[in-house]
Amino acid sequence: MKPAAVEVKNVWFSYGTAEVLRDVTFTLDQGDFLGILGPNGGGKTTLLKLMLGLLKPDKGTIRILGASPLEATRRVGYVPQGTDLNISFPISAMEIALMGRISRSRLGRSFSKEDRAKAADALTRVGMIEYADTLVGRLSGGQRQRVFIARALATDPEILFLDEPTSSVDQEFETDLYGFLKELNSRVTIIVITHDVGVISRYVKSVACVNRTLVFHAEGRITTEMLDTVYACPVDLIAHGVPHRVLPTHEGH
Amino acid sequence: MWEALQFDFVRNALIAGVLVSIVCGVIGTLVVVNRIVFISGGIAHAAYGGIGLAFYLGIAPTLGAAAFSVLVAIVMGLVSLGSKQRADTVIGVLWAVGMALGVILIDITPGYGVDLMSYLFGSILAVSTFDLWMMIPLDAVVLLMVALFYKEFMALSYDEEFAFVVGIPVKTLYFTLLIMTALCVVMVIRLVGLILVIALLTIPPYIAEKYTGSLGKMMALSSLLGVIFTLAGLWLSYGYNLSSGASIILVAGVAFFLSYALDQVKKGKTKI
Repeated sequence: MKPAAVEVKNVWFSYGTAEVLRDVTFTLDQGDFLGILGPNGGGKTTLLKLMLGLLKPDKGTIRILGASPLEATRRVGYVPQGTDLNISFPISAMEIALMGRISRSRLGRSFSKEDRAKAADALTRVGMIEYADTLVGRLSGGQRQRVFIARALATDPEILFLDEPTSSVDQEFETDLYGFLKELNSRVTIIVITHDVGVISRYVKSVACVNRTLVFHAEGRITTEMLDTVYACPVDLIAHGVPHRVLPTHEGH
Repeated sequence: MWEALQFDFVRNALIAGVLVSIVCGVIGTLVVVNRIVFISGGIAHAAYGGIGLAFYLGIAPTLGAAAFSVLVAIVMGLVSLGSKQRADTVIGVLWAVGMALGVILIDITPGYGVDLMSYLFGSILAVSTFDLWMMIPLDAVVLLMVALFYKEFMALSYDEEFAFVVGIPVKTLYFTLLIMTALCVVMVIRLVGLILVIALLTIPPYIAEKYTGSLGKMMALSSLLGVIFTLAGLWLSYGYNLSSGASIILVAGVAFFLSYALDQVKKGKTKI
């Protein structure tokens, strides 16, 4: 049997005295497509960083593909939140995309032809190939975000982690990206943090709501109770677009 | 001016100037883009403790400074990774304590003849042939390391978290960078002095970053600028009998302000 993509058991985490995550437990099978929802400051990014091994839990265990997060590093891809990191750094879009190939090449070797081809493919995929030689500082926020997505795709990951990957791109690219992620999901487990309930309703298979605690729903259904628990105040569920399969039909209608 | 070349000390200073500028351009670029200028300053000043220790024990000062600064670099690295909150304060403390230790050790060393000023501000007379023979392998090692692990250093410098995720041993690489910075600082001390090292590490990369499109080109241009500043500074130092370190840094400083002023003019033009 294949090991679970992610196995989080009784994980607690705090920054100093500020508790961020409390007793979080869930298991995600390989091939799943998980959407993580929750209010700002609720611990979504912290949970992602714990799974990536960038942070260590105070208590509890995390296994990624049956190994520790540190051992699994080379097998995962990551799109960080935000795009204004190191804008004055002298680096081109191509060099950033190539960074994704480091996990496949050996320490101290230069990039192979295959690495360059894969990085170019990834840039083409996100529509940034004509900007391959453009410096990062000359790109717009949305263009930088696309390059970061290309960098993560270039890693050929077994699990792809994305932290609000479409916060600065246009609607058209967002639809295109999620369509592509859905296709990619046939071989790759995907975990995405998003605020967009519409995205959740159309593309994901499972949903987790994070607000210090975590509520996991394997069927990808968002219930009003879930959102109430997580956001700690009643939320009106309005789903845009079709199909609305995630939202339960209202009783009494 | 050319007759100056017949003197050994002038030749040594010039060769050292070129060697040091190249290594400073490469390491300084990494120092600037990794934002570890403060740690580098700390390492440079604390190196004085090593010089004091070397005089006290009667060993070569360059060796003492090298061993001591590598140790200080490792401690500062541990501090900066461990307690991010007050790391800069602890580094500031180590910076001062290292220097104080050096002063006290020289105080209690019997005899006289330690030219303090030459270590603090550099001296054109100070580069011995032994120092040169130390610099050549250090230069080679630093350049080889950066060439070999160029893509890893680039990933670490640009996005440390992503570098970790793709499996780069980021901590090992970070400490390697700090140790190389320490060795670079020690090479520069004889010529520029430990107080002024920081300028030679930061000014050339600061200027170069604006005119280059990759980390490698930034390193190359920094090295070239460093060579120009150093040779011009040494020429002034010899011609007008000035301290070599201060002359080099003032030349670099003038270039820094010219480049800064040029930016402002450019910015003003694009606004209109």
